Amino acid sequence: MTDERPAHEMRPGSRSRAPRDLLARAATIAGVIALNAAVTLGLLFVVIAAGGHEVAPALRALWEGSFGSAYALSSATFVRAVPLMLAGLGVTLAFRAGVWNIGAEGQLLVGATAAAVIALGAPRALGVMTLPVALAGGAAAGALWAGIAALLRQRFGVLEVISTIMLNFIAVYLVGYLVRGPLQESSHIYPQSAALDPVARLPRLLPGSRLHWGLLIALAAAPALWWALSRTAAGFRVRAVGENPDAARIAGEIDVARTRAGAFLLSGAFAGLAGAIELTGVTFALYENLSPGYGFTAIAVALLARLDPRAVVLTAALFGGLESGALAMQREAGIPAATVSIVEGALILLALAGSSTEMRRLRALFRRRGADGDAAR
Amino acid sequence: MIGVFQAFLQATIRTATPLALAAVGETVVERAGIINIGLEGVILAGAFGALVGASAGGVGAGFVVAIACGIALGVLFGWFAITLRCDQIIAGTAVNLLALGLTGTLYRDLYGTVGAALSIPTSAPIALPLLSSLPLIGAALFDQPWITYALYLIVPLVWWWLYRTHAGLALRAVGERPQGAVVAGIAPPRVRWRALLLGSALGGVSGGTLVLAQAGTFAEGMSAGRGFIAIAIVVLGRWNPAGAALAAVFFGAASALQFALQAMGLALPYQLFLALPYLVTLIALARVSGRLAAPAALGER
Repeated sequence: MTDERPAHEMRPGSRSRAPRDLLARAATIAGVIALNAAVTLGLLFVVIAAGGHEVAPALRALWEGSFGSAYALSSATFVRAVPLMLAGLGVTLAFRAGVWNIGAEGQLLVGATAAAVIALGAPRALGVMTLPVALAGGAAAGALWAGIAALLRQRFGVLEVISTIMLNFIAVYLVGYLVRGPLQESSHIYPQSAALDPVARLPRLLPGSRLHWGLLIALAAAPALWWALSRTAAGFRVRAVGENPDAARIAGEIDVARTRAGAFLLSGAFAGLAGAIELTGVTFALYENLSPGYGFTAIAVALLARLDPRAVVLTAALFGGLESGALAMQREAGIPAATVSIVEGALILLALAGSSTEMRRLRALFRRRGADGDAAR
Repeated sequence: MIGVFQAFLQATIRTATPLALAAVGETVVERAGIINIGLEGVILAGAFGALVGASAGGVGAGFVVAIACGIALGVLFGWFAITLRCDQIIAGTAVNLLALGLTGTLYRDLYGTVGAALSIPTSAPIALPLLSSLPLIGAALFDQPWITYALYLIVPLVWWWLYRTHAGLALRAVGERPQGAVVAGIAPPRVRWRALLLGSALGGVSGGTLVLAQAGTFAEGMSAGRGFIAIAIVVLGRWNPAGAALAAVFFGAASALQFALQAMGLALPYQLFLALPYLVTLIALARVSGRLAAPAALGER
């Protein structure tokens, strides 16, 4: 592959295999994780104590409701991590291409809607194929919803930051209308669709838990996206366009608009798939509050992972656990679940400060000094 | 029929007021080359501040604390976006999350879960003599809380400041060509900070308006996307304060249409009306966008 070398050179150090570098990288990653964990715990401590609550029982509830028990892990944390992971991968892809897709929430809802239409309408005709077709339909609908914003950007110059937010609102009202209109369950009492046929449901991964096969799909998608981004020509184009569109156009002769649009559509497909999986694996019916803001948390998931698809697996599990634990904490210790948003915001700012231009300049300064020393020798 | 039209106009101005306040502020910020996605959080913080201030010291104190809270979040955003020169979209996203978490947590800690029953002093409409008795538009435009009249003054003032003063020229220069501004002896960070402080103060006022002049209470996440809508309105208004005010009225009218059409007995699904303003905004954006009007250095670090 001819793009291999420049791809390597664009992110210095990311492909180097020298053992010393590997060790240094592992140490850096461990340090970053430790710092994040310390900040999370510290913040929780302060917020809980400042609210006049007892800290120890609250943190125990948080731990037991997230990572501290097999039941919480399998039926809450990982169940929540699935949509966060898939939508987070979508956001990662878009952001890597320099596309500010804030619309994962809307794309996820539209994906769930399309999957519901297929799964409710076609189980007789499709039989065992209902589920795969519903999932594919969800992904396609997500891509289509993102495609509206991509089209508005390309043809009319509408910033995607704004259009995707508008499309989020429209998606919420669309679902709200459908579950009270054409898709409402047959008794016409509840604002939700009928329950899915068993043939259209994702099988359970562990008997007795809520964990479903969607986890495997998400876990497979993460390394696949990482591979595509770092090892293929298309992935190289995405990164080149994201890092410097002018250079990509002039030096790389890359069609910037086309690359961006492709990343945008695929990003929407990830979010749409997340919605379809949530519908067929967890809720089994379409309703307005199907997503407790997964599409928005997915932005935090992607940013905290520093737009690395492999790290998205970890950050999605972390945020899945934090949000599950926060609900347990609210239930059992009376701590507002909104506390988690403070932690999420702070973690993003921490990651941002660590990678800011000023910090990079400092680090470059140190590195240059080291390099000068090497040259003198 | 006239009654329906007056109710429509009144609802339009009511929806438009907080949006216009936030959008005029964001216009100034974006003219200096900064896009503050965290405006949503600034408005929410302002709303919460208004609750705290007003329960302690009345409407005036409510607005003061609202401004202080808006500025506090603006400073946090500015420290990352201007001083550390981080990515503005990411910093803004984090500020939104922080505001959502802080206001939600503090609200429950301070007021418990029964907070909804809470009632605080509000700013009543004041009918301006003569003007409010104008036919058709009088009651809608001139029988409003004083913050709406303040808005009527803020829009021309900000316009004059941006286009007719040296400081405004410097600000626009920073948003177009920061390097060029440096050559002319202007310090872009300082100009941007000033713009951001004004913008987040107005964002705080916008949140205060929601609580003190409209809802009379606070609810978690009550900004309900108004910050994002205000950012769309800035584009719709072509980065001009007067344009932003007009665009806010346009959005307000699209929202108020649901009342008017329902009053006229049109039986369309409710959710369609709710989606209408967003749909109309999207279409309007497609018509006015194109990068020509945007500050050239918008979003650059």
